[in-house]
Amino acid sequence: MSTAPRFRDKILPVATILVAIVVLWYGAAAWLNAPFERDTAARAGTTIALTDLLKNTMAQERPVLPAPHQVFAELWDTTVNKPITSKRSLVYHAWVTLSATLLGFAIGTVLGILLAIGIVHNRAMDRSLMPWVIASQTVPILAVAPMIIVVLNAIGLSGLLPKALISTYLSFFPIVVGMVKGLRSPEQIQLDLMRTYDASAAQVLTKLRWPAAMPYLFTSLKVAIAISLVGAIVGELPTGAVAGLGARLLAGSYYGQTVQIWSALFMAAGLAAVLVLVVGMLHAMVLKRMGARP
Amino acid sequence: MTLVIGALVFWLFAWGFNEWLVRLRPASRGLKRLIDIAVPLIFGVTLLVLWEGLVRGFQVPVVLLPPPSMIWTRLIGSLPILWADFQQTVLKSVLTGYVLGCGFGFVVAIAIDRSPFLQKGLLPLGNFVSALPVVGIAPIMVMWFGFDWPSKVAVVVIMTFFPMLVNTVTGLSAASSMERDLMRTYAASWWQTLTKLRLPAAWPFIFNALKINSTLALIGAIVAEFFGTPIVGMGFRISTEVGRMNVDMVWAEIAVAALAGSGFYGAVALVERAVTFWHPSVRGERT
Repeated sequence: MSTAPRFRDKILPVATILVAIVVLWYGAAAWLNAPFERDTAARAGTTIALTDLLKNTMAQERPVLPAPHQVFAELWDTTVNKPITSKRSLVYHAWVTLSATLLGFAIGTVLGILLAIGIVHNRAMDRSLMPWVIASQTVPILAVAPMIIVVLNAIGLSGLLPKALISTYLSFFPIVVGMVKGLRSPEQIQLDLMRTYDASAAQVLTKLRWPAAMPYLFTSLKVAIAISLVGAIVGELPTGAVAGLGARLLAGSYYGQTVQIWSALFMAAGLAAVLVLVVGMLHAMVLKRMGARP
Repeated sequence: MTLVIGALVFWLFAWGFNEWLVRLRPASRGLKRLIDIAVPLIFGVTLLVLWEGLVRGFQVPVVLLPPPSMIWTRLIGSLPILWADFQQTVLKSVLTGYVLGCGFGFVVAIAIDRSPFLQKGLLPLGNFVSALPVVGIAPIMVMWFGFDWPSKVAVVVIMTFFPMLVNTVTGLSAASSMERDLMRTYAASWWQTLTKLRLPAAWPFIFNALKINSTLALIGAIVAEFFGTPIVGMGFRISTEVGRMNVDMVWAEIAVAALAGSGFYGAVALVERAVTFWHPSVRGERT
């Protein structure tokens, strides 16, 4: 009974837009790639028929805009047809990026939660730290990324950790801000009740503030995981890393391999979608266990 | 060693001073405001002193972390270069892209306002795209639009478009049905309802997007410069000076970026206060 409105209200509009995007994409690919084909034909001294022109624009080696099926063919080729350990496998590169993302995300989450607990319990920390936490969000932190990588390389730290630290730095702020809000969300009347129970600060934290902060935590986690991935990808750019989705983007742009860039982009998008989805599922699970009605 | 101890003593002293300050119950409002500003300021200064003292005391190599005083002298010494970079990155790429991207997002949101079908289709997609690493399109844009600032503008436009679209669409539906019914009883046209009721109700959402976008725009422009640029620009300077191990220059550039970022954000926040003066979050601070 509920499937019909769901189809009409959700699936149909989104599907329509998606189809429109694909159609537009094919049109744009034909239009953008056509000059190259005309040039080749003119240089060979022949004219090219429209049907041949269209067919050729869909299958160029280095198109200005690769057609969707080329990107998906490349994606399929580099994920399924290559062994996972191969350097040409996109799964391998995605894993390199993913591991840095997850490590940074984990460190950032723990740090952020600890700092938020400190801020909620200590007035001096709150007043002196919070303005800086907020100000730091307005700073283009990613600009520091190459800095961190090179500096850590100089003291012999390389590979996973420097990238993870950038992700940490990025994911840490949404979590602090969200958790401070969440830990402060219990109302005065509830805090008063805890007082009448003679609860210690630790008990108030674990029994009242922490559960109350869960929705806020997960909202921040969704933001944080997405931005961690951005951090890990950007962390791979400036140093000429050899592995990872960012390295694929950079190599693709050096050698003009547009199909490779697009497939790396799609892989990154897919990765982001899966990560946000996983956090969303965890959110739903935790809320269910806490007895919230869906 | 004395430097380290001095820095640590300063830190403890400032910490204690801050603890004392926040416990004060000032009588006048002016004094309270002063304390509100002083506490984070003292913390910031302490951080700088601690940084300077520890770096000099332990003789940390400059490549690893230069002391703030060195960054400051570098910043003052190379103002012309920094100004040129600022012009290229912030004034040309970021501002143009920001205005275009936010403008497009806003116009598209208004355009699809009358079509629930398009809204239902675009909103989930917009939300989805907002979570994606959009900066990744930077190499493609550099290929299409060349090395100079137009390619950076393109990246910034794409990065700022979707947050603006999603927030404006959400904001336009923020007015309650009761208020809309009132407009109907006035026989207000769609346009009148939009300008007199729904847009004002949407301002908080729109400014939220403008604030998010101010940071995104700067990040987009700087990262896009990593992929190719003429020999000027903040992203270019950072990546080349890192390669030459001129770390103090990098930090000076980061300081400029930080200043530009918070200045931009602050300007948007100020305008927000003036436009949404009626909103509880702004009104609350005045009482």
